[in-house]
Amino acid sequence: MQSVAAIEAVFRVERARVLATTIRVTNGDFDLAEEMVQEAFAAALSRWPLEGTPDEPRAWLTSVARNKAVDTIRRRIKLREIVAAEEPNDATVDLATLAVTDDRLRLIFTCCHPALAREAQVALTLRTLCGLTTDEIARAFLASPTTMAQRLVRAKSKIKEARIPYEIPEASELPERTDAVMSVVYLVFNEGYAATGGDSWLRRDLCREAIRLARILVELTDGAEAKGLLALMLLHDSRRDARTDANGDLVLLEDQDRSTWDRAQIDEALALVPPALRGGPSAYALQAAIAALHAQAQRAADTDWPQIAALFGELHRRAPTPVIALNHAVAIAMARGPEAGLPLIDGLSKELGEYHLFHAARADLLRRLGKTKQAIAAYRSALAHVGSEPERRFLQRRLAELTD
Amino acid sequence: MQYLLLIYGDEKNWETMSEETAASMIAEYRSFSKDIQASGNLRGGDALQPVHTATTVRVRDGKTTTTDGPFAETREQLGGYYLIEAKDLDEAVKIAARIPDARLGCIEIRPIMVYS
Repeated sequence: MQSVAAIEAVFRVERARVLATTIRVTNGDFDLAEEMVQEAFAAALSRWPLEGTPDEPRAWLTSVARNKAVDTIRRRIKLREIVAAEEPNDATVDLATLAVTDDRLRLIFTCCHPALAREAQVALTLRTLCGLTTDEIARAFLASPTTMAQRLVRAKSKIKEARIPYEIPEASELPERTDAVMSVVYLVFNEGYAATGGDSWLRRDLCREAIRLARILVELTDGAEAKGLLALMLLHDSRRDARTDANGDLVLLEDQDRSTWDRAQIDEALALVPPALRGGPSAYALQAAIAALHAQAQRAADTDWPQIAALFGELHRRAPTPVIALNHAVAIAMARGPEAGLPLIDGLSKELGEYHLFHAARADLLRRLGKTKQAIAAYRSALAHVGSEPERRFLQRRLAELTD
Repeated sequence: MQYLLLIYGDEKNWETMSEETAASMIAEYRSFSKDIQASGNLRGGDALQPVHTATTVRVRDGKTTTTDGPFAETREQLGGYYLIEAKDLDEAVKIAARIPDARLGCIEIRPIMVYS
């Protein structure tokens, strides 16, 4: 006897794979596929409690959804044949070619196709691969459910009408297309990790889903870059409980209670970092290596700052953005002292004058150098540009400490 | 599956380009058209006269009004089109990227609506 909850649990785990294969049968018709998968689930709910759970639930669900899809498509073709007998029958489904392979990779690439807008890619990925409801996605991205529903409808319609292929891209395009997939995954993660407003349970869910997607990418592509991305997210996420205090205030890395870091997750990530760094490390791998050095320090004072500074230097060589330059400068200040970092930060004032963390980093170094007056001015500039409430409270605390 | 590839660009690009450049662009268009005809992708296509020759017609409450020019002032004008047959959007994108004006302006890819 199988409980409804147990069947639902199976469904949650298997849904993406079942859906991915069914979409192949429906020739890229996402709506029809979702409907058929839902019907397969309904069939499971009515039959499994009586007949027992099949040995391979996924194969069972896939074949039910697939058969229902084939039936529906045949009915549609027949209907069309009656209406217009001369119309060519181009939608025949060759059952023999439908091996139950892992179609999730096709699904990821289709959802993240460059012909879809970035917001649509994210929404579609969360909807189809993660099984989040439209309402949940809307809440996570602070959009109205109507807007989100419309975004999904449009994206699915574009896949169907413009015939966005349901395929793994050819080798020549693979690196670029994989990059697009990874940036969607990382965007989902950051949405859950960086923002502090909104539904915190849902935000945690986004991080979990991004990690799950990266695991799929690692499993299916075995690529060093995917490993780097997974390691990076696991490491950031391992500190989720230490990042804020009971009042929801931000706790800096150096002040965090390291015993609350998720050790199992850190260990998993640390094992991924060396293979990720092999053969011309990606930006994700370098960032993961930096996060790994933080994770390995027993106390904040044990942090290997010279190594972190070197990694940021390498990162900056690949992607010379002002924000990476700022991080590099901060690491140098930590490794060699604030007087070594300050001139590097000052050099970024033109590019980062509007960025609150630029002023906050400057303020911190000035404070450490005992230049209180300048530090106060820098904290005030940081406060003038800050967006999020917990960060504002943090900066105000620091400012108050100096003006007391 | 058929797609219409709409070629948009600033007409000034063509007006200001040197004769040699224009000649080589035209030669490139010819060989591109020939290629996609040979590959079986070409269904049709034309270059259009410049936008100052355009006329816009509207019927409102049964009354026809005719005005000079396109309906909106834009920096990029429709300069021509290809109608192609392609397996899917990826193939259409590849073909569109080979249109010489893709380097100067842009190509809009529109799937042709199929009535079923």
